[in-house]
Amino acid sequence: MEQVKCECGHVNPIGTVLCEACGKPLEEVPALLDMRYEGSARRSQTYNKTIIDKIWNFFSSVKVGVWLIVITLVASAIGTIYPQQMYIPPTVSPAEYYEQQYGLLGKWYYALGFHDLYSSWWYMLLIALIGVSLVICSLDRVVPLYRALNNQRVTRNEQFLQRQRLFSRAKVKHDETAFRNVVDKLTKRGYRVREENGNILAEKGRFSRWGPYVNHIGLIIFLIGAMLRFVPGMYVDESMWIREGEIKEIPGTNGKYFLENKKFIFEVYEKEKEKEAFQAAIDRVGSGMMAKNYQTDVVLYERVGPVVAGEEPKLKKIKSFSIRVNEPLKHDHYALYQVDFKLDELKSMSFHFTDKETNKSFGTITVDLIQPEKEYDLGNGYKVQLLSYFPDFYFDENGNPNTRSKVPNNPAFVFKMFAPDRPKGEVSFTAIRQTIEPLGNNKYKMAFANIETRNVSALTVRRDFTLWILGVGGAIFMIGLIQGMYWNHRRVWIRRMNDEVLVAAHTNKNWFGLKKELEGIFKDTPFVMPIDQADKRS
Amino acid sequence: MKEKRFWLRTVILAIMLAAIGYTIYSNVFVEKKAIQVGDSAPDFVLTDLNGNKIQLSDYRGKGVFLNFWGTWCKPCEKEMPHINSQYNVYKNEGVEVIAVNVGEAKVTVQTFVDRFQLTFPVVIDQQDQVMNAYDINPLPTTFLIDKDGKIVDIITGTMTEEDVKKYMERIKP
Repeated sequence: MEQVKCECGHVNPIGTVLCEACGKPLEEVPALLDMRYEGSARRSQTYNKTIIDKIWNFFSSVKVGVWLIVITLVASAIGTIYPQQMYIPPTVSPAEYYEQQYGLLGKWYYALGFHDLYSSWWYMLLIALIGVSLVICSLDRVVPLYRALNNQRVTRNEQFLQRQRLFSRAKVKHDETAFRNVVDKLTKRGYRVREENGNILAEKGRFSRWGPYVNHIGLIIFLIGAMLRFVPGMYVDESMWIREGEIKEIPGTNGKYFLENKKFIFEVYEKEKEKEAFQAAIDRVGSGMMAKNYQTDVVLYERVGPVVAGEEPKLKKIKSFSIRVNEPLKHDHYALYQVDFKLDELKSMSFHFTDKETNKSFGTITVDLIQPEKEYDLGNGYKVQLLSYFPDFYFDENGNPNTRSKVPNNPAFVFKMFAPDRPKGEVSFTAIRQTIEPLGNNKYKMAFANIETRNVSALTVRRDFTLWILGVGGAIFMIGLIQGMYWNHRRVWIRRMNDEVLVAAHTNKNWFGLKKELEGIFKDTPFVMPIDQADKRS
Repeated sequence: MKEKRFWLRTVILAIMLAAIGYTIYSNVFVEKKAIQVGDSAPDFVLTDLNGNKIQLSDYRGKGVFLNFWGTWCKPCEKEMPHINSQYNVYKNEGVEVIAVNVGEAKVTVQTFVDRFQLTFPVVIDQQDQVMNAYDINPLPTTFLIDKDGKIVDIITGTMTEEDVKKYMERIKP
């Protein structure tokens, strides 16, 4: 490796600005030294031979890192202009939706992947490049900085001292008691004092210099955690709708677990039911206006035996539980969270088999809206056949009755009614508040009698093995932040040269605090308090 | 020293490149599905409209054209007659069709089947179990399964009669 030898004898890596040992400037420098990275050689800026070096050097630049962050910020901001894909109606194709709603801009928004920003390849690439920049920038700075701080000598070059921001030079007679006094005061304030030929280097809080790098390590761990979510099995995020009384497979568990919804409960704060203390608050928002509880009472089952999808499962009860908001059901690293609900979904409808003229009823049928029967026999020659069933009825563009979904939002039926005097049957199309008799006038009708409803609960299924990694990363991030924020790296040099004494001091932040500290230390001593040369200049 | 630095940098860059490559590849270029082309098709048992049990593993040795559909889904409705007519050609060549309805009422499904006079088995996934296993999102979705039970292709969206023919040709044993 090419090297630069300082006149003090220390051998520095090429590109070094200030000698690691004595601090003597090895290049042209401004009158006040730039003490960032201790004037150490950022190697990336000195070697530029191979393609690997070139890539490395590109990412080693803080400027590049800042630009990457700025670009990411701008992209994120643009991503908030139109709704993200998850917020557009699920029934429409996003390709059409964005263009229809927002025109040409919307089309490009979709084409460039802004509609699903966090999953678009270029956004992920940006985040990844920030990660690369973090690693390389840190490595390229922390190693030379460590070397420089580790190699620094007590006796520093005159040039180094007089170009520090805080500096004084004065003729001071040697006074051992005064000297000891200063050393004592420095020690009392937490400085580690090193002496060499009557010169002093007092230093404290060096570990705060590592704060940013610890912080970056935390960020990298966090990014690795986020990356692991894409490894199969590490992260499950599914959702399920389950009606009261239903037993359903829990998605994301590979057919292993089933859930039964016993009951969904929705409660509100009501005036009469709460304690006196809450009355005023309830009055303010209105009685019954504020939700109090969303709860699903469930039973968790495990499937016994081999999993064959579709087969009627043999189930073993594991536990009963009441899932409430922020109180998930947890089992086998899975967690089921209450996330949504639908009150009073239609469950069944009852009809009277009625003579239109006399209004006489010949019996009542109850049609289950999830799995209706094909035939309902009322006895005495009266029976009803269900020819067609449309759970979510509408007339399609050809004018035919059709269904929008399998959810019984608007059920409609084609009944065929048989009676002793109508052995061939009469056909009736029956929907809510609508009856059509397509084959002429009927004698009988299916008169609406009653409905039964039930609630539906929506749950989120989560399993996340990356959470602890994100936690560790976050904790290290905070430790690094605190380390760099709440401590300062302060150094005081005192050098005796012939009959003069040079005093210089440096801190990486909070110059005001350092000055106050030094005033206390040099008060009532023959040493001259260093002057802030940055002040003098302005 | 210089050699060492070169290799160190190369290794660090390579590790980061691999991590980024994997993340982006698995995110963008691979369908985020529990099931993928090349996997062996998960076995299932469902009952058809006549009460017969249909088990996928019984179809080993034949190509299976596995179609997920719903009566409300217009594209499904469009492609059903094509599947039906091509099935009549290819059933003699060892290609079977199983049409999995996504859990509608039996009456509704029966009406649909009668209307289009479908001749292949239509089964109803009453508890969403098969839908979960095959991670069905848009309808229709069709899985082409070869004679060894491997998934050859996954098709989402409507198929023309030409498409259906082409796909059945691919899984002909």
